[in-house]
Amino acid sequence: MIGYIIRRLLYAIPILIGVNLLTFALFFFVNSPDDMARVHLGGKRVTPEAIVKWKEDHGYNIPKFYNDARQGTGKFTDTIFYKHSVKLFMFDFGRSDQGRDIAYDISQRMWPSLAIALPTFLTGLLVYITFAMLIAFFRGTYLDYWGVVVCVVLMSVSTLFYVIGGQFLVSKLWHLVPISGYDIGMESFKFLILPVIVGVVSGIGASTRLYRTFFLEEINKDYVRTARAKGLSELRVLFRHVLKNAMIPILTGVVVVIPLLFTGSLILESFFGIPGLGSYTIDAISSQDFAIVRAMVFLGSVLYIVGLMLTDLSYTLVDPRVRLE
Amino acid sequence: MIRPGATRSTLLAISLVFSAGATASWNNPYPASEAKANILYSAFRERPKTFDPARAYSSNEYLFIAQIYEPPFQYHYLKRPYTLVPLTAVSVPTPGYLDRQGRRLPPNAPAGSIAYSVYEIRIRPGIYYQPHPAFARDAGGRYLYQTLSPQDLAKIYTIGDFPQTGTRELVAADYVYQIKRLAHPKVHSPILSVMNDYIVGIREYADTLKKEYEKIAGGRDTGVYLDLTQFPFAGAEEVDRYTYRVKIRGKYPQLLYWMAMPFFAPMPPEVDRFFSQPGMAEKNLTLDWYPVGSGAYMLTVNNPNRQMVLERNPHYHEELYPAEGEPEDGPAGLLADAGKPMPFIDKVVFSLDKESIPRWNKFLQGYYDRSAVLPEGFDQAIRFTGEGDTEVSDTMKQKGIRLLTSVAASTYYLGFNMLDPVVGGYTERARKLRQAISIAVDFEEQISIFENGRGIAAQGPLAPGIFGYREGQAGINPYVYDWADGKPRRKPIEYARQLLAQAGYPNGVDPASGKPLSINYETPAIGPERKAQLDWMLKQFSKLGIQLVVRATDYNRFQEKMRKGDAQIYDWGWNADYPDPENFLFLLYGPNKKVGHDGENASNYDNPEFNRLFERMKNMENTPERARIIDQMLDIVRRDSPWIWGMHPKNFLLEHAWMSNTKLHNMANNTLKYSRLDPEKRAELRLAWNRPVVWPVVAVLGVLAASAVPAVLAYRRREREKRR
Repeated sequence: MIGYIIRRLLYAIPILIGVNLLTFALFFFVNSPDDMARVHLGGKRVTPEAIVKWKEDHGYNIPKFYNDARQGTGKFTDTIFYKHSVKLFMFDFGRSDQGRDIAYDISQRMWPSLAIALPTFLTGLLVYITFAMLIAFFRGTYLDYWGVVVCVVLMSVSTLFYVIGGQFLVSKLWHLVPISGYDIGMESFKFLILPVIVGVVSGIGASTRLYRTFFLEEINKDYVRTARAKGLSELRVLFRHVLKNAMIPILTGVVVVIPLLFTGSLILESFFGIPGLGSYTIDAISSQDFAIVRAMVFLGSVLYIVGLMLTDLSYTLVDPRVRLE
Repeated sequence: MIRPGATRSTLLAISLVFSAGATASWNNPYPASEAKANILYSAFRERPKTFDPARAYSSNEYLFIAQIYEPPFQYHYLKRPYTLVPLTAVSVPTPGYLDRQGRRLPPNAPAGSIAYSVYEIRIRPGIYYQPHPAFARDAGGRYLYQTLSPQDLAKIYTIGDFPQTGTRELVAADYVYQIKRLAHPKVHSPILSVMNDYIVGIREYADTLKKEYEKIAGGRDTGVYLDLTQFPFAGAEEVDRYTYRVKIRGKYPQLLYWMAMPFFAPMPPEVDRFFSQPGMAEKNLTLDWYPVGSGAYMLTVNNPNRQMVLERNPHYHEELYPAEGEPEDGPAGLLADAGKPMPFIDKVVFSLDKESIPRWNKFLQGYYDRSAVLPEGFDQAIRFTGEGDTEVSDTMKQKGIRLLTSVAASTYYLGFNMLDPVVGGYTERARKLRQAISIAVDFEEQISIFENGRGIAAQGPLAPGIFGYREGQAGINPYVYDWADGKPRRKPIEYARQLLAQAGYPNGVDPASGKPLSINYETPAIGPERKAQLDWMLKQFSKLGIQLVVRATDYNRFQEKMRKGDAQIYDWGWNADYPDPENFLFLLYGPNKKVGHDGENASNYDNPEFNRLFERMKNMENTPERARIIDQMLDIVRRDSPWIWGMHPKNFLLEHAWMSNTKLHNMANNTLKYSRLDPEKRAELRLAWNRPVVWPVVAVLGVLAASAVPAVLAYRRREREKRR
């Protein structure tokens, strides 16, 4: 297994270089360093000299990929791409174009993101599996039929609707929790309860329907029939046998997102005023802060690769037949 | 069977849940301990870029730093027109004038003979800075935190982590130091380009500092301190402990307005040195994030991701609430606190709230004390009276919410590129084409439909309240409006069509092609929410038979097109820096053209007569002679019509009944110190407005429980059947 992990980590290096290259090319295809300077220097009284100075200070006054004016390796190393990207592989995110330490900002913002994402993820998993099991149990009945209809309706509604509807009902009409905001410690509970509920409810339709399919696929297999023939109760059959065997497809979708919980949710964080990482990247794109965009895309890629590795590893836990070599 | 004890417990629990809201609001986003505290609650939408007074230039930055930094002058809070008064200065100085040989000239010397103006500013003794570690000293008088090692900084993450703080008296040298900082190579002050034209020697000083900085830095990005006190500067000098002198080229009365902005606030050299130490920038400990001033408030919580908190500066000098204002200020209660020491509010909490709907709802619940009128809540908040005025709706009135309005010192306009062969130029044909389009684009309708009446149609570049702006018939643009029934009335579209025909485009048809005249419209208005406005604009041009081609791009592309002069018609706006006509009319001054000069004159308008008058007018005091010249200038630009004059937006502010002393000010940003609130009244109303309604939760839980019953029964039945 260790060999497998090392091999996967080595595979990750060219992927991350590719992601960096692509991010860089896409960003600078849309924005020139002059555009970035103008956005950072503000809309009024920006002179060409100020733009030149800003680019010099932020290292955007050299060629992007290839520096013809240099000799030897300098042709590649004295470029924006090299100078701004290589340090990422040491997890040195550097400073944003506004001058803030990116690693510090990420460390500050990931906890609020986790504070919403983790309970939403765990509660959601519990609720979705329970509902899917329930519907699967009543398969072929009106409950199954209407359950699927409700799921389709729920998954057709935009998350924004749940957010605004939740805020309107729970906070504005019933005055039960604050509309938005955030605090630390126990005080955070009152701010998190509504976004977590909204997060869970908005995912019920799609996830329940998906998990129902997994359960139905298992429920007609021979080992389930054998378990029933032994006289086991349906609950035992479902939770002891069906759930365990349906875990592989569930894990495929679930474990991969665990590391990405750090990166937060844009809509929930924006509407509920949660100072997480969800809006960090979007804010950086709108303010043309390439340093943050680059760091967040790199971090997202690393976390995604870690998620995929964790998924592979988790297979060995739920299915003894799987061996990683 | 249910036990009687269990029933009693359940009922008790339910009654507790239902009565809990009687004494507390569950949806209060603030700690319960702050319920009756003298704290103002507000919101901010995006993190400010910088708090460095030499760099900050945006309203969302001034919202904070204007309360912290104290330039020598400020605007009188109540008087209109806007008047400068001393803040830390003893008085607003009258400049001394010198000729080229350095001889004194009389105050009424002609502007052409004045080679230099000298402002000598005396500040009040006894003003102290807020507590800050940069000032902290040990018993021997040595600074505690000016030579920090990496070990010293190991456990420091915010300014609050330094255990000791100190203060010191504000001196004239601090103002001189800040003026020098405008030329610092790493500060990138946005006004350096303006000051290059005025402050004596600042361009050369910037070159010197750049060379010296490169010498010291040796390639380092951070942790470099350039001690500006070591580099004398002829443009700003310390005269004595409390007096400094600023020397500028020629006559430029507007300098005093600049000196009322944070760009000219004092900066203690030890604070700059403190933040320039190695390792500080790596921890985000910079002047960009930690302002240090002598103002009414100091920033005590700086978390731009969540919350910013201003607290009363314990060392704030005595400043009394103004005792005079406009005649209506007394009856409006704005003089009730006359002569009382400010500030009145202990703490101001700004929470990050990006989305408008939560912000609006929190205002309605009493959790924000003031709010702008948002498009989402306009109909709910505002109604129009029979006379066309605006007032708060009945719902708002019942809550005691008040509406305050003022016309902003801003202008939004549609500009013609005067370099364009079709719409530009100074021929009669081109003028008539532009005048015809100016009549056709009905800005009254635009204000009514898209701005909910929040604005007034512009008659020229000057905004109301600016010297030279005229009310009534004398102030209308006679090329677009007639004066009828005591108000301006847009000329009929038929007249515009006649002008268009005289311009060579009968019915909007271009004789060269035989097709409708096609004009490109550059706009940074992108996104679905702006589509209706762009459709409306197409309709305005179609009234003349002209085909408008909308070329919407992002703001960067838009700016690039403007710099290259690659536009025919475009839309843009201007917020005044200071209340002087020069700050609007320079937008049409020829040498300030965008193309070739990178100035702010985006229309590239260049009329020699206008330029000549501008050069005379810009250095004058506000005299009848200046007003006469401005009239001439306005007549020239109205005739040439390089802009469709567009609109001046109206600011709408809603505030709760517990707020007082609020008067909208379009120039001053340091207005928090004047505000007052009644925390007892707020606590009482918040409680009344936010009683928790628990029954829906109980009902939802009940429904869920009830719906589980058939499932449980069905499960049991199945299990029974299976056993059989």
